[in-house]
Amino acid sequence: MIARRFWAWVVFALGAAYFLLPLLATFIFSLQMRRGRLTFDAYLSVFADARFQATFGYSLTCAVFAIIVGVAIVLPAAYFVRLRLQWLRPLMEFITLLPLIVPPIILVFGHIRMFNSSSILPLTNSAFGTDVLIVCGYVTLALPYMYRAIDTGLRTIDVGTLTEAATILGANPIRTMVSVIFPNIFVAVLSGAFLTFAIVIGEFVLASLLNRPAFGVYMQNVGANRAYEPSALAIVSFALTWGAMGVIQLLDRFAPKTARKD
Amino acid sequence: MADAFLRIDNLVKSFAGNTVVKGVNLAFEKGEFVSLLGPSGCGKTTILRMIAGFERPTSGQILVEGQDISPLPPNRRKIGMVFQAYALFPNMNVEDNVGFGLKIAGVARDERRARVEEMLKLIGLPGYGKRFPFEMSGGQQQRVALARALAPKPRMLLLDEPLSALDAKIRVSLREEIRAIQRELGITTVFVTHDQEEALSISDRIVVLSAGNVEQVGAPFEIYNKPATRFVATFVGQINTLTGRVVDGAARTVDLDGQVVHVPALPTGAAAGSEVALTLRPEAVRVAGAAEGDVTLDGTVAEVAFLGSVIRLKVRLGKNNIDLDTFNDPSTPPPALGNTIRVSLNSSDVFVLAD
Repeated sequence: MIARRFWAWVVFALGAAYFLLPLLATFIFSLQMRRGRLTFDAYLSVFADARFQATFGYSLTCAVFAIIVGVAIVLPAAYFVRLRLQWLRPLMEFITLLPLIVPPIILVFGHIRMFNSSSILPLTNSAFGTDVLIVCGYVTLALPYMYRAIDTGLRTIDVGTLTEAATILGANPIRTMVSVIFPNIFVAVLSGAFLTFAIVIGEFVLASLLNRPAFGVYMQNVGANRAYEPSALAIVSFALTWGAMGVIQLLDRFAPKTARKD
Repeated sequence: MADAFLRIDNLVKSFAGNTVVKGVNLAFEKGEFVSLLGPSGCGKTTILRMIAGFERPTSGQILVEGQDISPLPPNRRKIGMVFQAYALFPNMNVEDNVGFGLKIAGVARDERRARVEEMLKLIGLPGYGKRFPFEMSGGQQQRVALARALAPKPRMLLLDEPLSALDAKIRVSLREEIRAIQRELGITTVFVTHDQEEALSISDRIVVLSAGNVEQVGAPFEIYNKPATRFVATFVGQINTLTGRVVDGAARTVDLDGQVVHVPALPTGAAAGSEVALTLRPEAVRVAGAAEGDVTLDGTVAEVAFLGSVIRLKVRLGKNNIDLDTFNDPSTPPPALGNTIRVSLNSSDVFVLAD
């Protein structure tokens, strides 16, 4: 028993080291901007950079819109599929998995081709139009995560009976979704939102090819021209992503509790 | 019938070619408590769901106070419903759950609050307003669900096996509470159950259903004592089925294990010598003693089941076995297995059932 536990710990330590050592090395490197001393100068330099603030702000705004649009599309779709169109679930699973199979570069070329200056809807003609396009692209990229998060939330409640209970009390479908379904899967929706945020903050391909000032593009530029700041940015990026994951875990504790049956 | 509060005319429901409700006709009076009783798959819940509006009838009509409600969506039918799984909204406390229907209806906050308090008093849970469903027992949740259904003053109440998920003791006390509340409010109630004891104990009338058809409609006493079909007799309560041979069809006499019994009725055209199935309830048979019936039969004790206040004996007669219930007498132990025993019954309690 003790030997088995020992080997389990060895395997765990090896796995942890595989992930943590490169991070630790990057972190230590990011502290070595001044010769012979460990300082946070690289971080201060990054945070003081106006381009950091601008690109981070841009990506943050895009993430917020991607979350709003994503929830507005996925929540009603997942709800009605679970409520009335169960037979559509395999198709929904397939469609929502497509962004993981189709590379972002294909997606963005498709966008450019469909919405370029000579198309019926020339979104790429203006900065605002391109922003709309990039948000749509982010919604697509985050679709697998958003759908699964919401669908998992819907699975934890009795969607059919709660809907019927609200309906017989006079609620219409929108009121039912807003007052009964959404609050009960709010934590799941937030999980999807934070996953979307994590994806959008680090995204490079769409932003680069649509020529928008996003955080991913900034990270790439800094990486190409500086030594220590890219490591600091990588750590910041990791911290943001992990922070988002931590918040998801934390929020799980506040989910409405399922009622007792005794 | 014409002025019935709720009328169901030729109601049919099919799912993918499988007809689960087959031309049901029913009429319920205002303030009546009617149970739809039957085994799983008999169509009772489907009928209830069609009244609520969750299922669309394949054909037929549902009329409430003369108005056909079939085209109305569930949220415009003004019907209250309690579900088997409670279906309280987990994100809302008791107050908000009970007040939900009132809020939807646009009732002012103060009026809403007063009505919620009134409802909580009615169900015996005053002061529970701030609790969440997960902080309450199943019985308490179901009472809250009842209050929530009643709060908007619906014109009718539907109960879909509301006691099934509760333990035996709570079921009994809650069904009594439901009945008392229903009587107090005088609200027309349709109660779906597969539990015959539940249906018999609280209903004004019972609708017994089998395979999508109505087998019998009547008061509990009538359903139990005068079952119209073999299905009703066997589904509602215990029944003894004895095989006898017709001695004289016109005189309605049957040879039952060597004893000629005069029965109240025989199937039309029953010829002498033909076999006939006679039925009677276990409590209609007694151990022969002081108060004997007009038929006595000898047999041996084949089984003894001590059920507390009642002892159920299985007695082997010639070709037939008969179950009988006798009250427990603390001073007399039940007969032992294999003992010879004489049982008696009134021939008027014997009935012949149509299939």
